[in-house]
Amino acid sequence: MKRIDATFARLRAAGRTALIPYIMTGDPSLEATLDVMRALVANGADVIELGVPFSDPMADGPVIQRASERALAKRTGLKDVLAVVRRFRAKDATTPVVLMGYANPIEAMGAAAFADHARDAGVDGVLVVDYPPEEAGEFAERLGNHGLAPIFLLAPTTPEARIDAVAALARGYVYYVSLKGVTGAGHLDTAEVARKLAEIRRHVTLPVGVGFGIRDVASAQAVAAYADAVVIGSRVIQEIEGGPPSGAAARAGAWIATIRRALDAMPAKRAA
Amino acid sequence: MQMYDLPDARGHFGPYGGTFVAETLIRALDELKAQYESARLDPAFAAEFGRELKHYVGRPSPVYHAERWSRELGGAQIWMKREDLNHTGAHKINNCIGQALLARRLGKPRVIAETGAGQHGVATATVAARYGLECVVYMGSEDVKRQAQNVFRMKLLGAEVVAVESGSKTLKDALNEAMRDWVTNVESTYYIIGTVAGPHPYPLMVRDFQCVIGRECLTQMPEAAGRQPDMVIACVGGGSNAMGIFHPYIAHEQVKLVGVEAAGEGLASGWHAASLSAGRPGVLHGNRTYLLQNDDGQILETHSISAGLDYPGVGPEHAWLMDTGRAQYVAVTDDEALAAFHTCCRVEGIIPALESAHALAYAARVAPTLPTDRILLVSLSGRGDKDMNTVAERSGLRFYCRPECDPSRR
Repeated sequence: MKRIDATFARLRAAGRTALIPYIMTGDPSLEATLDVMRALVANGADVIELGVPFSDPMADGPVIQRASERALAKRTGLKDVLAVVRRFRAKDATTPVVLMGYANPIEAMGAAAFADHARDAGVDGVLVVDYPPEEAGEFAERLGNHGLAPIFLLAPTTPEARIDAVAALARGYVYYVSLKGVTGAGHLDTAEVARKLAEIRRHVTLPVGVGFGIRDVASAQAVAAYADAVVIGSRVIQEIEGGPPSGAAARAGAWIATIRRALDAMPAKRAA
Repeated sequence: MQMYDLPDARGHFGPYGGTFVAETLIRALDELKAQYESARLDPAFAAEFGRELKHYVGRPSPVYHAERWSRELGGAQIWMKREDLNHTGAHKINNCIGQALLARRLGKPRVIAETGAGQHGVATATVAARYGLECVVYMGSEDVKRQAQNVFRMKLLGAEVVAVESGSKTLKDALNEAMRDWVTNVESTYYIIGTVAGPHPYPLMVRDFQCVIGRECLTQMPEAAGRQPDMVIACVGGGSNAMGIFHPYIAHEQVKLVGVEAAGEGLASGWHAASLSAGRPGVLHGNRTYLLQNDDGQILETHSISAGLDYPGVGPEHAWLMDTGRAQYVAVTDDEALAAFHTCCRVEGIIPALESAHALAYAARVAPTLPTDRILLVSLSGRGDKDMNTVAERSGLRFYCRPECDPSRR
């Protein structure tokens, strides 16, 4: 959690937008994931979101589903994800790592054991897609006690009255899902994002990241004009799957570098 | 056990149930909850639901004493609740009518559904035609192959059938895909879930709509048999026919409730779909319940001769009923179900669905151990016309295939 807060404080002071790529752990292999993480950081990623493979990824579109299936074909589980974070953390003490996935693998490990292992491995935040605040009170508290940030989603369909309930539990940053649909879908409405972010900021003091549907320089810049962070998943995974595994890190790194340059070319935001 | 007042306001049956969905769906579920609460108290809604069940579905369905089979078994009397006689041939239509009426109240012009065997898909397509709603049904591509006749039926009724190619290409993947559609089209679309699972308020709502089965039995059994049954037996996949017949009997403490899961090739083989008998609690498809999963929390592929029971989870209220001991859950193999299927055909002149044949098999197992004045009431949840190909294949026969589709005759 401290690493997340420090990262956003540093970026805010510099008037810069955070860049948060999402990748699936174990796709195409655990070794490759570690290389991809390092390449993403070297090319300008500020936070890494690591997907935890799940057999039934209901909120994900076809690209992340495929990545999850590839990872599961190699029997990648939550324990392996934590092991990757531990190895990453051994050489990178500052870049925050957020785990993103579904409830069942965590419940199978046990929430208490998971929180211990995640803290020990050097995880900073956890986003469980199918734990809305109604079902996450105890879990969020447990994470907080372990110095881990519970990250929550906000959606275009979230009523304004409900944002407070999310804000009460959320730490680190909140993640605004920029469209109704699954990850990787293609109908981003920037004006709607701007309107909704203004509404969210009336209730949330944490940084707001925006994701789902960002896939190129134009959409990244459009979102960055309003958001504190840009989250990109499916498009990064397409780079990883789009060639031989040995070149995955280089391809993902080169692609994220184009987004980094585009974000840095924007005028600096005034520090809040 | 007294009649309980569950689920609680947030959809929990003890530790089970709940609302485990992505944020995007929360508002739609809140709307649905509010709309259902108001419909539940609205006499006009109840009256319309009742009229539709009577005139369109053909309710009440009879209870029937399977005298010949009972005599052959030489023990307890077997009675059947004939849901197979409903319009569309199964209990699924009860729930679909209730939910389609809700969709209309919510002003949603489009309905979606998931289906395994195709019975819920057919029932959904049927009510969509009846009420003039656009209808899309998601079905695993493996099931599309296994249940070609139901696919054709749905198309005749005007529905679009989407074959799902992800994951294991069966019911759970169809459910994932329907959820994805709903997240994307949540403003215009009503999701008709076919069983007593999923996020709150579905387990409650589907149970309420299916309870007509058990309520009819409560009045029919004293008239036909002179008293209430000693045991109520129903098959459990997601568990909607079982919940529908069990729930009105929960307060009748002397009545044993037995749910029958699919043991496939045997519980020890790993090839089964018995989530209560062999699973562990976890979270899937919006609720916490017993799931077939591996040590990493990945959901397992399941197997049953009956596509309608081929699901790795189960309704959360069944999980609660098992934990509290009010209901027992047993498992019946493919072979036992198939044997009961054949006996029922030949001895009673009724072709049961393979799902229902699991409940019949358990009744046939226990009847000989009980005296002749005992009464077993079995939910005959559907008819077996849809299973002709499966049964023929298992018996090594080929039919329902015109001569020109037989490669040896070309």
